Amino acid sequence: MKIDSNITGNTIVVNLFGDVDHHSTDIIKNHIYKNLTPDIKNMIINLEGVEFMDSSGIGMILGRYKEMSEKMGTVSVTGIRGNMERIYTLSGLYRIIKSYDTVDEAIEAVKAQAGVYK
Amino acid sequence: MNKMEIKFDALSQNEAFARLAVSGFILYKNPGINDMEDVKMAVSEAVTNSIIHGYNDGGVVRIYCELNGNELMVMVEDHGKGIEDIALARKPLYTTRPQEERSGMGFTIMEAFMDRIIVESEKGKGTKITMYKELK
Ligand SMILES: Nc1ncnc2c1ncn2[C@@H]1O[C@H](COP(=O)(O)OP(=O)(O)OP(=O)(O)O)[C@@H](O)[C@H]1O
Ligand SMILES: [Mg+2]
Repeated sequence: MKIDSNITGNTIVVNLFGDVDHHSTDIIKNHIYKNLTPDIKNMIINLEGVEFMDSSGIGMILGRYKEMSEKMGTVSVTGIRGNMERIYTLSGLYRIIKSYDTVDEAIEAVKAQAGVYK
Repeated sequence: MNKMEIKFDALSQNEAFARLAVSGFILYKNPGINDMEDVKMAVSEAVTNSIIHGYNDGGVVRIYCELNGNELMVMVEDHGKGIEDIALARKPLYTTRPQEERSGMGFTIMEAFMDRIIVESEKGKGTKITMYKELK
């Protein structure tokens, strides 16, 4: 598993690569905690580079959603496909977390929420 | 019939090994990419459960597989603490560890990605998950 992130305005894009399972979710969480500042209001979790994800990934995304919601922020995901999409649907995550094909589309959607993206 | 057995320490870094070992075992059957991915998903869920819920501080997870024609049987077994109420544990979204960001989807995913799953468990003795899938 590899991870990097970049921050533009009050939006953080977290790029995940490789396998998102119980072993890697702690690594992902630690990376996010280290890079998340109080002024960041939107999180885009980019799964384009992910080859495998199981229920531990669903739990991790749900955890970030809960934390961002507490500070009136948003979480969206990009690059979901194949079995990742099946478990995203099965778990009902699609009902609370918006999914976009690309990071650019997700950023546009965040921008469209007036004033949130600076 | 062809069979395979592995045993490994109940450590999170062995989850990837477990998925790849089982998908590697069925490779000579030339299964479709979907079947390969489904098997990886189900194995990952069962093995992760043994590591997280079965054992608190260490133990051994055993995987035993059989291929009968195109039917795969995968057994994932631990000698951990066992499941008190199996019917409740299998319910979607049910988890005993909500504070650890568990979604309670493991059993639901195993059921969705395999043809059939059998859960056997005894409190204090351990848990055995047997899953079947006809490879296409
Ligand atoms: N091998 C096991 N040993 C002991 N208890 C288990 C085992 N497997 C599952 N359980 C129990 O069954 C419950 C449901 O398991 P399931 O995999 O569906 O959800 P989860 O592991 O809690 O969450 P998720 O799989 O979404 O991360 C667990 O919370 C746990 O209490
Ligand atoms: Mg589980």
